[in-house]
Amino acid sequence: MNKTVNQKAWFLVLPVLILVAFSAVIPLMTVVNYSVQDSFGNNQFFWAGLEWFEQMLHDDRMWNALQRQLMFSGIILAIEVPLGVYVALNMPKSGFWASFCLVVMSLPLLIPWNVVGTIWQVFGRVDIGLLGYTLDKLGIDYNYTQDSFDAWVTIIAMDVWHWTSLVALLAYAGLKSIPDAYYQAAKIDQASRWAVFRYIELPKMMGVLMIAILLRFMDSFMIYTEPFVVTGGGPGNATTLLSIDLVKMALGQFDLGPAAAFSIMYFLVILAISWVFYTVMTNLDKKGG
Amino acid sequence: MVDATSTAAVTTRRPSLPRVNSRAVVMTLYLVFLMLPIYWLLNMSLKTNAEIQSSFTLWPEALTFQNYITILTDPSWYMGYVNTLIYVVLNTAISLAVALPAAYAFSRYHFLGDKHLFFWLLTNRMAPPAVFALPFFQLYSSVGLFDTHIAVALAHCLFNVPLAVWILEGFMRGVPKEIDETAYIDGYSFGAFFVKIFTPLIASGIGVAAFFCFMFSWVELLLSRTLTTVDAKPIAATMTRTVGAAGVDWGVLAAAGILTIVPGALVIYFVRNYIAKGFALGRV
Repeated sequence: MNKTVNQKAWFLVLPVLILVAFSAVIPLMTVVNYSVQDSFGNNQFFWAGLEWFEQMLHDDRMWNALQRQLMFSGIILAIEVPLGVYVALNMPKSGFWASFCLVVMSLPLLIPWNVVGTIWQVFGRVDIGLLGYTLDKLGIDYNYTQDSFDAWVTIIAMDVWHWTSLVALLAYAGLKSIPDAYYQAAKIDQASRWAVFRYIELPKMMGVLMIAILLRFMDSFMIYTEPFVVTGGGPGNATTLLSIDLVKMALGQFDLGPAAAFSIMYFLVILAISWVFYTVMTNLDKKGG
Repeated sequence: MVDATSTAAVTTRRPSLPRVNSRAVVMTLYLVFLMLPIYWLLNMSLKTNAEIQSSFTLWPEALTFQNYITILTDPSWYMGYVNTLIYVVLNTAISLAVALPAAYAFSRYHFLGDKHLFFWLLTNRMAPPAVFALPFFQLYSSVGLFDTHIAVALAHCLFNVPLAVWILEGFMRGVPKEIDETAYIDGYSFGAFFVKIFTPLIASGIGVAAFFCFMFSWVELLLSRTLTTVDAKPIAATMTRTVGAAGVDWGVLAAAGILTIVPGALVIYFVRNYIAKGFALGRV
């Protein structure tokens, strides 16, 4: 759509600007403020410069958390995106069953995150949980509170359970927008199922799929509640992802300076990666429409 | 074609059996995978603690509603639900009220710094709540809003306002600009046009945006727990009470969990035809 230039539109944006300034800019400035100061208590602060940043950059703790975080986000994207697309391809196109699938699939998305954690915490327990009990009876040594591999399997299974539907719903929306004529043309050309997917469905889904990947990346990178409820970051530090580590540092140990420096770098990493996704996405938007 | 005829033959021979195809199998497996953990929670919520701990049963043998009665008769429990609903509704109302004009501006006009502003708004959706927990705590304590519903509602605006703007902008782009121009020629003021003509046109978009604000405010715990202690305590935080000195009260915990799923399920039912488009943020 060709838009007209109108500077008065700023007035329409003003309420959002004020609200977001109050709820985002002020807190963010507080964080920046802490990150460059040190305190010996009694609310007496003095200038510390970039000391905290340097300290954090040389600290293995943050690098390890970042490494675990990247691994977690990488694994869940690698599972959820193909699985979501596959599910979307198999969804009924219309009628009662389509609505039914949509409602059931959305259900996990509407469950409060700590309840998601609780569900899986219970589900994986060897004594009272269906999953843990079954695995135990099958002779598989499974204990997510003791074994870090099992803990990883559990939180990844949980995330796949929780969020694959989001990818599937987005891909489904993309698929529904493909006109029948495309499929008829493919049929005339006797295109194989794979060719239909590769040359018709995938390109048409690309736009929404990018949104899905962007959302999943952002949310998995900020994940806190679910793994915290299930494993509490343990065993040891095996599942201490970035947010869990940050909350431990800021609210648990009250190390404001390092935590603030950590926060800022954390935010910048998300920002940088999201910006790349966003740019790719808007470019696709332009090409598509 | 061979496949289709042979399956058709099977169905005519045995009409009582539903036609089995791979699509249905895949979907059934996936839906079972989704429902199994929820079923397990439901199952536990209908058992007594003795049954949960002493025996492993696939369905409740001594069916009891005691866990639900415990929650629904104790104010310290059910007020958790009321508190959560209050701040969720407040948040949805605030988010939509400020997002509607902004989304209109983004979808219709170019103005100084519009692209930067839009991306900056989105960056707030990307801000980890963990980063904001402590500053929010100090900010709302200093202005005297700590432990109030409005504090949580405002805090959740951090991620809901950008999302609402994003969704609404997508839906508004789909409305032809000629409609605006015709209305202005007909003598409508901006306000009258927006309320009487434009809002009904994007009603489904508003519904979807409201759904998403509701959803993300409902499921968030970190900020709502940090900003409240007693008066506005969300249900999600109340649930930690079940862990006591005598161990975990599994039955009540499960029942509380099931009750948090109910509002979400109701809301989904109303917007089921728009969910897919909504998740695509109106961009399909």
